[in-house]
Amino acid sequence: MNRYAMFSKIVLSSLARRRSRMLVALLAVGIGGTVFLGMGAVYYDIPRQMGREFRSYGANLILVPAGEEASLSLEDAARATALLPAEQLIGATPFRYETMYYNMQGLTVAGADLEAARKTSPYWQVEGDWPRTDEEVLAGLDIAEHIRLYAGSSVTLEIAPPEGRRFKKELRVSGVVRSGGAEDGFILMPLRGLEALLGNPGRANVVEISIAATGEQISLLAEEIRAVVPEVTPRLVRRIADSETTVLNKLQVLVYLVTAVVLFLTMICVGTTMMTVVMERRREIGLKKAIGAGNRAIIAEFMGEGLTLALAGGILGSFSGYFFAQAVSLSVFGRGVTLPFFLVLLTLGASLSVTILASLIPVTRATDVEPALVLRGE
Amino acid sequence: MNILELHDVSMIYGQVQALRDITLSVRQGEWLAIMGASGSGKTTLMNIIGCMNKASLGSVILDGENISRLNAGDLTAIRRDKIGLIFQQFHLISYLTAVENVMIAQYYHSMADEKEAMQALARVGLEQRARHLPRQLSGGEQQRLCIARALINYPKLILADEPTGNLDETNQSTVLDIFHQLHAEGSTIIVVTHSPEVAAHAGRTIRLEFGRMLDDSAWKETPPDSGS
Repeated sequence: MNRYAMFSKIVLSSLARRRSRMLVALLAVGIGGTVFLGMGAVYYDIPRQMGREFRSYGANLILVPAGEEASLSLEDAARATALLPAEQLIGATPFRYETMYYNMQGLTVAGADLEAARKTSPYWQVEGDWPRTDEEVLAGLDIAEHIRLYAGSSVTLEIAPPEGRRFKKELRVSGVVRSGGAEDGFILMPLRGLEALLGNPGRANVVEISIAATGEQISLLAEEIRAVVPEVTPRLVRRIADSETTVLNKLQVLVYLVTAVVLFLTMICVGTTMMTVVMERRREIGLKKAIGAGNRAIIAEFMGEGLTLALAGGILGSFSGYFFAQAVSLSVFGRGVTLPFFLVLLTLGASLSVTILASLIPVTRATDVEPALVLRGE
Repeated sequence: MNILELHDVSMIYGQVQALRDITLSVRQGEWLAIMGASGSGKTTLMNIIGCMNKASLGSVILDGENISRLNAGDLTAIRRDKIGLIFQQFHLISYLTAVENVMIAQYYHSMADEKEAMQALARVGLEQRARHLPRQLSGGEQQRLCIARALINYPKLILADEPTGNLDETNQSTVLDIFHQLHAEGSTIIVVTHSPEVAAHAGRTIRLEFGRMLDDSAWKETPPDSGS
C-alpha cells in the first residue's frame, strides 16, 4: 500500500467512523454550496431574464439621423441594426413623423412598422384592431377623445405633400391606442401607407430598438454603430437603461449579501464541527504523535478529512443549487435558468476555501496536543 | 554499550518536583523494570525517556545523541525512528483494522508495507485477526497488536507502560513470553510496572519514590560508571 492509499484509508475510515457528526458538516457545506451556486446561477442569468422583462417597457436604444439631417435612410438603419446580436434583438421600429390636417388643424401622423412596434412597444394597449391594410390607422387616445374617433370610425385628413397639390384622404380607424406617452397624441399608420400618401420612401425620423442587454452592453453596441454607420446616431434611452442597471445593481448587492451570510454560517458550522472532532480525538492525536506522526501529518489528515467533506458537499451543493436556481427562476421569471460550468467549479472552489478557513483553528489546536497525554490516561 | 544515559535528570512542574536528580544508564539488550507507587515519577520518567517530555534539568542521551534540548519536531523524529511504545490502555486506532494499526506506524515512519505488517502480526500470533477492528479483539490480542505496532519499525528501545496492567494471567503470560523472545533477540526493553511479578522477569529493576531513585538492582552488581 503506497502512502497515498494509506492516507486515503486513514481519512476515509476516520470520516466513516464519525459519520453522524460529519454528516452535519457535509450538510452545512452542501447548503452553502446550494445557496452559492443557486444565487450565482440566478445572478448570472438575471441580466438575460431581467433584460427580457425590461423589454416590455419599450425601446432602450434609438437611432436618429446624424448631424443636421432630419431623416435617416432605412438602409442605413438596417446596416446599424445588423450590428446588434440577433439573439438579443427584440425588434427595431422605424417611425416617420409628418403633419396632416383635420379641419384645418395640424395633426402629427406617425408612419411606423406596426408589426415591429408590437414587439418594441408591447405596453401599447389597443382598443379595437391593429391596422390590417395601409389605409387603416390607429388613433392615439388623446386625439380620439378630441375629435371623437373610435374603432370602426373614419377620419378625413388633408395632406400636403412636399411636391404636388394638397388632397384629402379618408382613412379608417381600426382602433384606439393608449401608450401613456407621446403616441397618445398621434395618428399611427403603417409606414408604407404614409409613404404611399407622401412619397419619399425609405426614410424615417427615428428608429426605436428594443434589445435584451444591459446598459453597459448597449453603450458598447452604440459605440460600434457610431463607428461603422456614421450616417446614424445611436442614443441610449437612459430612463430604461438606467432603471435596468439600478435594479441589477441592487440585486447584485442582495445576492452578494445573502451568499456571504450563508458562507459565513457554513464556515461557523464546519469550524464548530471540526473543533468538536479535534477535541474528541485528542487521545488519538496524542497517540499518533507518540508513534511518530509529525505536525505535518496531523494537519494533512485533518485537512484531508475537511477537504473530502468540502468536495462531497460542493458536489452535493452544485446539484441541489442547480435545482434551487431553477425553482427560483421559474417562480420569479417563469423561465428556466442556464447554468454555466464555471459556476460549478466556482462552487467547488468556494466549498474548499470555506472549509480550509473553517479548519484552520481546529487543526492548529490538533497540532498543540501533546503526545504525553496518552501516557497520562487523559 | 549504553543505549540510554540519564545524568542528574530532574523534572519540575511549577512547585512540584516530579523527578529529582535521576542518573541511570541502560545497556543495549538490557531488560529494565521501573517500579514505584503511584505518583513516584514512573510515568514522568517514561515520558522523558520516550521523548514525549523534556527534562527540566540534566541530560538524556539516547543512542549516543543528547536529546535534552531538542525541539518537538526533532523529538518526534527520534520517537518515530528509535522508540517503540507499548501502552497499558493499548491505544489502538478504533477505525483501522489490526494490520492497518501496524501499518500506520510504518506510514509515519516511511512507507506502509502490508506484507511486513502481516509478518509482525504473525510474530505476536495475530495473523488470523489482521482484518479485525480493535473492538473485535480481546484485551490480550489488543496488547499483542500494540506490541506488533511498537516493533514494526525496528526500534532501538521498547518502552512499555504497565503492559500487563489490563490483562488476565493467561494474557499476561503471553505478553511476557513475547518480551522474553524480544529480549533474547537483543532488544532493549524498559517496562514501567507496579507488579513485582512482571518486574521479576526483567534483568534489572529500579525503584522510584517521590521522584527519587531508591534502589537499582543492577548497580549492586555493575555500577553504571563501570561501563558496559
